[in-house]
Amino acid sequence: MIEFQLDATSGVATYLQLVQQVHQALQLGLLEPGDQLPTAQQVVAKLAINPNTVLKAYRDLEREGLVRPRPGQGTFVVGTLPRTDPLAQARFLRAMNAWLSDARAAGLTPDDIEAIYRTAFRNSFAEGVA
Amino acid sequence: MSGVIEARGLGKKYRRKWALRDCTLSIPTGRVVGLVGPNGAGKTTLLHLAVGLLAPSAGSISVLDGEPGDGSDQLAKVGFVAQDTPTYAGLSINKHLRMGAYLNPNWDGELAQRRIERLGLDPRQKAGSLSGGQRAQLALTLAVAKRPELLVLDEPVASLDPLARREFLQDLMTIVAEHGVSVLLSSHLTADLERVCDYLVVLFSSQVQLAGDVNDLLGNHHRLSGVRHDPGNLPADWAVIEESHTDRQSTLLVRTDGPVLDPSWNVKPVTLDDLILAYMSQGRSPTPNQDRELGVLR
Repeated sequence: MIEFQLDATSGVATYLQLVQQVHQALQLGLLEPGDQLPTAQQVVAKLAINPNTVLKAYRDLEREGLVRPRPGQGTFVVGTLPRTDPLAQARFLRAMNAWLSDARAAGLTPDDIEAIYRTAFRNSFAEGVA
Repeated sequence: MSGVIEARGLGKKYRRKWALRDCTLSIPTGRVVGLVGPNGAGKTTLLHLAVGLLAPSAGSISVLDGEPGDGSDQLAKVGFVAQDTPTYAGLSINKHLRMGAYLNPNWDGELAQRRIERLGLDPRQKAGSLSGGQRAQLALTLAVAKRPELLVLDEPVASLDPLARREFLQDLMTIVAEHGVSVLLSSHLTADLERVCDYLVVLFSSQVQLAGDVNDLLGNHHRLSGVRHDPGNLPADWAVIEESHTDRQSTLLVRTDGPVLDPSWNVKPVTLDDLILAYMSQGRSPTPNQDRELGVLR
């Protein structure tokens, strides 16, 4: 069974931290289909967080098809997360490197580049949600 | 069924001073509600109105579809732990539990015994010799063992050290998970509130400044910074909660319905702390948005 940790200073909502930790555990192979997640009571007793927060995280994971509650037993892992395709990763890293060289050649500072990246990242995902 | 607490224009006046004014709230069931505000903002007054220790001077409040403090059925539905978690110093823990059993129709003696055992307390010990944390746990035990539908706690952890505070909140959250009880607690420790509360009510100067689901509130408020914008030219659907301008830069805390897509703003999420402070300072100046002139700092 995995154990959740909380980073109070991260600025990431508590339920999202729980969701992300399950994602990571799946990607690392720490969790596999059939494994049980801690019950809301167990998480709450350890972290002193609101039980609704745990249930919200588990509902999100259920919606993603990663876990399923079994009445009277708990919440179990039913899905897996595809490991990121290493070839795609390499391809985008190369493209990013080329883009960064271009940006530096154009005279942009690291701060400029970070601001551009953050704006583009945010806009891309905000549009995805809307 | 309506919410746990429904208040309409609720007010309480002491002599000529309003301790609480125009309070309208609709708090859903099954929530852990954090009531936050500085000392003297009206937190204890609101809690005392909710449990029936005070009667309203104006408006109305209903708790779990009943009038607070009205008859034994209503009293059985609400568990209350007053500020500084009072117990009877001269009575042993056992006698507290016997008194609880005698006074409460739905008393869960087994739950009370189990909690006292798990806390490692000696039932023969007098309450006066308990530490602050132990006394708070005894008071919580008494309130929980009456099996209420709503627990009302006035600054339950304010006087506890960090370890006792954490243990108290762990127990409180376990009780919420096991019994589905609704909780209304006042505190000014925002770090604790951030962990345990899923609904927030901010009181300032005797008035409710903000009330809502914590995730909704964090989702629709943003901290923006960017080159100076004329406040008159901001999108009409933004509610500006806090703003400051220099001759170059504008920094805002806004409430919006959708995401902020304008790339000229650097957008950061807000913390519960930011929100609470912003709404409190908004309460300090009663009409913050009326004066839309730019205050320039050089």
